[in-house]
Amino acid sequence: MSAQNIHIDSYERNWMIFSFVLLVLFATAVSVAAFGMGIEVPAPEQRVDPNTVATDPNSPWSNPGLREISAGKYDAYILARAIPNWEYLPREMTVPAGSSVSFYVTSSDVQHGFMIQNTNANFMVLPGQVSKLTVTFDKAGTYNFICTEFCGSGHGVMYGAITVTP
Amino acid sequence: MKQYQVSAAEKKFIGSHILVAVLALAVGSFFGPLQAFEHAGWDFYIYLKPFIKSYYQGLTVHGVLNALVWTTFFIMGFLTFNVIFGLKRPLKNIVLNKVGFWLMVVGVVAAAAPVLMNEATVLFTFYPPLKANPFFYLGLTLVVVGSWVEGWGLIITYLGWRKENPSERTPFVAFASLVTFVLWQICTLGVAVEILTMLLPWSLGLIEGVDPQLARTYFWFTGHPLVYFWLLPAYISWYAMLPKQAGNGKMFSDSLARLSFWMFLVLSTPIGIHHQYVDPGVPPVWKFLHSMFTFGVFFPSMMTAFTVVASLEHAGRKQGGKGALAWIGKLNWSDPAVASQLLAGILFFFGGIGGLANASYNVNLVLHNTAFIPGHFHLTVSTAVTLSFMGISYWLVPYLTGRKLWQPKWATIQAWTWFVGMIIFSNSMHVLGLLGAPRRVPLGLAPYVPAEWNSRLFQVGLGGAILFLSGAIYLVIMYMTATNKQRVESEVEVPIAEAMQDPALGPAWLDRWAPWVYAALGLIVLMYGPVLFDMIKNIALTSPGFRVW
Repeated sequence: MSAQNIHIDSYERNWMIFSFVLLVLFATAVSVAAFGMGIEVPAPEQRVDPNTVATDPNSPWSNPGLREISAGKYDAYILARAIPNWEYLPREMTVPAGSSVSFYVTSSDVQHGFMIQNTNANFMVLPGQVSKLTVTFDKAGTYNFICTEFCGSGHGVMYGAITVTP
Repeated sequence: MKQYQVSAAEKKFIGSHILVAVLALAVGSFFGPLQAFEHAGWDFYIYLKPFIKSYYQGLTVHGVLNALVWTTFFIMGFLTFNVIFGLKRPLKNIVLNKVGFWLMVVGVVAAAAPVLMNEATVLFTFYPPLKANPFFYLGLTLVVVGSWVEGWGLIITYLGWRKENPSERTPFVAFASLVTFVLWQICTLGVAVEILTMLLPWSLGLIEGVDPQLARTYFWFTGHPLVYFWLLPAYISWYAMLPKQAGNGKMFSDSLARLSFWMFLVLSTPIGIHHQYVDPGVPPVWKFLHSMFTFGVFFPSMMTAFTVVASLEHAGRKQGGKGALAWIGKLNWSDPAVASQLLAGILFFFGGIGGLANASYNVNLVLHNTAFIPGHFHLTVSTAVTLSFMGISYWLVPYLTGRKLWQPKWATIQAWTWFVGMIIFSNSMHVLGLLGAPRRVPLGLAPYVPAEWNSRLFQVGLGGAILFLSGAIYLVIMYMTATNKQRVESEVEVPIAEAMQDPALGPAWLDRWAPWVYAALGLIVLMYGPVLFDMIKNIALTSPGFRVW
């Protein structure tokens, strides 16, 4: 029997080359954005015990809130919880324009989401894990952060806000 | 030439799959538009309170019945048909297949009961530590195991054929159906391990807690290839049936069609982490690698697009079509099976583009869990797949029952209304997502909705209303066809598009299983091994269950 090769029509070959080049271009664009421009996705930060994370006095989430680390730099420790009342602690924060805020968010019960409107900050919040992303707020205004993962009956009302003052 | 005769018992068996599928679609699709209406500010859930407690319970019913039950049952029925008809051979052991089918049915009942009783309002992703009634997890397990058993019945049928035909090429529809099933068999290991090692014992009180991050990783091991399990049966029809129905066309390239199925088998599992780009506990290196392979699995979809369109063009030109695009008008649009699938294919083009955006690593930061995602998958699973399956049922049900399709004109109207309704619905969902609207939220009630979303929310409701109408027409047609007193004059011809080049002239390595299955398993070990090993080594079963609905 003679060797059998795939018969590929020339149009089809061109289409396959086009597809391949297109995908390489996309992959390059994504890589440049990630490694050249630093638009990164969350990385493992810390493991915690969801049963004690909100109560243990050594846990920053027993006293959630904004901490100024240096001029214009903040750490925001945020607790997401469905029990008792579907909320973020704290619900509201205020920073001046130009501030860089690192968010450390965890859950004391079920899975939640955390998406700050009009920014690139959008991540899952899981019990037992800490999600971290840093956002620089250049423009003054109110930025709602809302829950994007189903967490029970009150999921649709779970949100908070960051006020950026001029 | 008379076509191969599938036995009456087998036709009935395949038909029972379609029946369960359509029943699930009937119940599940009732709730789909209710979600859309809620977005537009027309909340019907308040009138359903005695039966359905919340928007979220309705959403769970919709997701579980439509995305999991309708698809799985239709697919198992269709694949079974393809294997029998493709190989021209009865099932080797129909009892085995029947055992699988009934396991699936019992599983659906067991899972649906707690969902309808509001004891499993956990959505179709059932992320722990939301804790459902144990019957929900048990039911899902039975559905998966039942589908395995049915698939094994198909594999032994194939092995019997192979023994008698050692050097023949596996006929395409049987080949592609078997690849789809093997993909399913491999990828469902993720969710099987998730349920059996964590969720089921936990819901039964045998273990105290679960590890939500590990559970998500198991889930998406299955969750992404699940998409291909839905899609590949539609591809089979597009490749090997639609060109024939659309105008007696031939399949443009048998070899490349086979190659693309092998590529789906190899590439569709080791990319599941692209659903977890914004999970806190998964190292970015794995997220990045999975994103690159996700671009890889786009390649066979591009090949599919070429072959399917080229085959359709062959059909169009055969019917006297001319010009660069004018041949499209010569396709057999008046056949509802054709119109449905052509329209499904057109919307899938946009679904594919949206999917590329989702898969693009950090681009996902602005899309993750926004309304863009359901906007996307209503183009893929709810149109490319569902509208194609509807189209397939327009010839398959008359074929199986020997009863005429009731009112083909209405079936064509059904396809077009689905197409139009979905364009309106899906487009507005995509836009809402880009504006920052979250998914899985009753946006009609959410306190943070800005006024600029309102016109889009109205369009979601409008699209939902058209889809509701279209779904209702489909169910009426199915009912009236299944009970139609008018019988077909002779057995409905099964549309099989021959390949332009004799498949026997294609390379033999395209008809060998071992290298491809090993490649699939090897790639899974490479792409999931280290990350899962790490997660399991550091497992923390610290999350107790919550019933917060």
